[in-house]
Amino acid sequence: MELELKGITKRFPGVLANDRVNLEIKSGEILGLLGENGAGKTTLMNILYGLYSATEGDILIDGRVQDFQSPGDAIAAGIGMVHQHFMLVPVFSVAENVVLGVEPTRAAGILNMEEARRDVRQISAKYGLEVDPDAVIEDLPVGIQQRVEIIKVLFRQAEIIVFDEPTAVLTPQEVEEFFGIVRSLRDAGKGIIFITHKLDEIREVADRINVLRRGRIVGEADPKVVGKEELAELMVGRPVELVVAKEEANPGAPVLEVEDLVVLDDRNHPNVDGVSFTVHAGEIVGIAGVQGNGQTELVEALTGLRTALSGVVRLSGEVVTDDTPREIHRKSVAHVPEDRQRSGLVLTFTVAENLVLDSYYDEPFSRGVVMDWGRTRENARALVEEYDVRTPSIEVEVRNLSGGNQQKVIVAREFSRDVKFTVASQPTRGLDVGSIEYIHERIVKERDAGGAILIVSTELDEVMALSDRILVMYRGKIVAERRPDETDTTKLGLFMAGVTET
Amino acid sequence: MTAATATAPRVLRSPAEIRRSRIIGIIYLMLAAFVLVVFAMGTEGDATFKLAATGDRFEIPDLVLSAAGLSYVAAAFLAFLGGIQLTRGFGKATNIILGLAMAVIAFTFLGWAAAGKSLSLVGMLQLTVVKSVPITFGALSGVMCERVAVINIGIEGMLLSGAFLGALIGSVAGPWMGILAGILVGGLLAFALAVLAIKYRVDQIIAGVVINIFALGITSYLTSSILVENSDTLNRVDIFRAWKVPLLGDIPFIGPIFFNHNFFVYGMYVLVAVIAFALFKTRWGLRSRAVGEHPKAADTLGINVFRFRYLNVILGGMIAGFGGAYFTVGSAGAFDENMSAGRGFIGLAAMIFGRWHPVGALGAALVFGFADSLQAKLAILQTPIPGEFLLMAPYIVTVIVVAGVVGRARPPAADGQPYVKE
Repeated sequence: MELELKGITKRFPGVLANDRVNLEIKSGEILGLLGENGAGKTTLMNILYGLYSATEGDILIDGRVQDFQSPGDAIAAGIGMVHQHFMLVPVFSVAENVVLGVEPTRAAGILNMEEARRDVRQISAKYGLEVDPDAVIEDLPVGIQQRVEIIKVLFRQAEIIVFDEPTAVLTPQEVEEFFGIVRSLRDAGKGIIFITHKLDEIREVADRINVLRRGRIVGEADPKVVGKEELAELMVGRPVELVVAKEEANPGAPVLEVEDLVVLDDRNHPNVDGVSFTVHAGEIVGIAGVQGNGQTELVEALTGLRTALSGVVRLSGEVVTDDTPREIHRKSVAHVPEDRQRSGLVLTFTVAENLVLDSYYDEPFSRGVVMDWGRTRENARALVEEYDVRTPSIEVEVRNLSGGNQQKVIVAREFSRDVKFTVASQPTRGLDVGSIEYIHERIVKERDAGGAILIVSTELDEVMALSDRILVMYRGKIVAERRPDETDTTKLGLFMAGVTET
Repeated sequence: MTAATATAPRVLRSPAEIRRSRIIGIIYLMLAAFVLVVFAMGTEGDATFKLAATGDRFEIPDLVLSAAGLSYVAAAFLAFLGGIQLTRGFGKATNIILGLAMAVIAFTFLGWAAAGKSLSLVGMLQLTVVKSVPITFGALSGVMCERVAVINIGIEGMLLSGAFLGALIGSVAGPWMGILAGILVGGLLAFALAVLAIKYRVDQIIAGVVINIFALGITSYLTSSILVENSDTLNRVDIFRAWKVPLLGDIPFIGPIFFNHNFFVYGMYVLVAVIAFALFKTRWGLRSRAVGEHPKAADTLGINVFRFRYLNVILGGMIAGFGGAYFTVGSAGAFDENMSAGRGFIGLAAMIFGRWHPVGALGAALVFGFADSLQAKLAILQTPIPGEFLLMAPYIVTVIVVAGVVGRARPPAADGQPYVKE
């Protein structure tokens, strides 16, 4: 099968998401589609999958023009998609998820689940995708969930399979395993489109690379010969510094001390299970780990958002374990939350309002019960300038800003106070390279000014680049502590997967 | 280096859970004290429970118990439960034990009320089934809608409209046409809800409340302007008579309670079974549940989210309309202003209590139905409790149940959220 995208253009109100994109893919090859967040990769693939319709341009399969009105049409034409956010029903079994939409039935629409299970087992065996058809999705680790997504696509007899940022949620070992699966799919004659912004991965797995920038194909590359710097420059449009420039850390007195902390998650599992560590002034401690190993609960406990079951948290010697978020906040703690849109910002508030979300209740932004909007605006103008937030005005609702600029609003708000301890969760998730560089720079600057900083990230490269000390979390415990210069991503990856030292 | 062995994650008890567990334990002890002081002390005479209805094929002797003795035993049992709950807890069985305790208290209460008199237990449970009919239909309607993630607060209005048209059309064209009219008006109101909630993404609670207010207003107006003056021609419908199921109806005790009723009760059994089967064993059910849990996933697999929501909400409305017709065609024979009296809301509570499962909903509705029948039967026994308090019984039980005695039930993940296609 041969798929061709010809002159695809997609206009959203005020935005040109795709601009005359041409793309070709044949059976039995892996096409890498490289681009930054916001470059238009996902939009392009949603057009291919029938979720959006293109403003202009054609999709051709074996030379014939296709008209996809819905994903159903695309599936019927042999296109399968593994979405960045898995499209699985958490309370359904593996088999139910696989057959949903094309269920094998007996008379009168009665489900034939035996057949469904048999089909799942058959595909599992054929492609080496081991999974229990009766397991419930929400009990499975993400790596296995991804396998279910792949089985789902294969069950629909897809010939061209699109993977949208498939490695974002995987451990380094799972990534290796995933590449093995992708190669075997290619060898079985499937055409693969692999979307990513990770330079190493695309060079490792792709047969050809197309680079998308600002909605346009800006170049092609041969993964065997192209260098990492060259590829990065093609993707961003300017030379990129791939390492974070920072001096040797100069740790001072302990600021955050955590002792034997146990925190329950929403289902009452001890997702933080007896964690102890210290963060000193003037150092960056990074917590690495696959998502869901207790990082979220740990950060929530440190910032007062979740009550710890037992253990002690001290800030500069003072016990704050049972303090409320505001009390902790007033003890000079800054928090850059994991999900900026849900817990970092009020999306329908303006930039100026979001910049005082943590301090509106006090001088100088309010007197008694009355807000001082003049001061609030003054503050916003100064911070927007200092932190380089690209916004048409401080009166714009933050939901209209790009992800990078939304994150800068949060960083500006949190860092503009006198801060002793900063906890930043996934500080650069989903951002473009420019914003990532900027935020990393700010964090290092904060450290050099004597701040104690805790970074939580599932991006191993980020943890390696920023941290002075790395802690690896696995199933609620800290399983390893390393300095970045005495380890590498492979070793950390093993710790993240639960391998322990003897 | 060694590979990690996979172990099942430990489950600890959160502070909130420990607190809840303690509170339940203390409640047991307080209930034990209450039973002791109010039911046991100073109560004399035997309570006679009739276990067979008149006309049953098999005779069963009456159950005669000493009211005070029963109360002492119950108080001791509750204190025992409280002790265990406070010391080691019941773990997973907490809710089952709680249900058992409630049943014991209810029975002790009946013993106290019937001390020195005679109470037909079989008649009371029969009435329980009857009273649970509109609640079950309301709950089933809720299950249909919420399984596809549309909250239907308008069930009350649909019941009431079904009752009204059941009476009006039933009087003119016969009871079957009355039922049909009830089903149609329920479907019509649900269609209005569906358009507001799905197409225009109006807040679903508000849309439902509007339907309730509309239904109450128009039925009350039409009652006073038309039905009252023509009550002989327009508001007198032939009701369905009870029909005893052969064999099943002759089972001692169980038979008269469950299998000697009219068409609506059997319709309720059938509908519960059909919806349970359809939701969990058919293609339609799998897709419906997917639409309620993760509409976007369903959409990416080519399932038409909107079509499923429209269809199931309208079907849900028709079920509520059918249930509403019971009030007039199946029970009273005439329409009365606001005769549904909150049964639609209690139905929603039964849906939650029954964890969005048709069979669970029926079980929950029976609990509410029991509370409802208490008031009818106890009024005859002349207990010292004022009638007004007995009238409150079903609502009080609803509040207790919904306030979290059952713990946290998990609704469909997308419940109440409109789906926006990008």
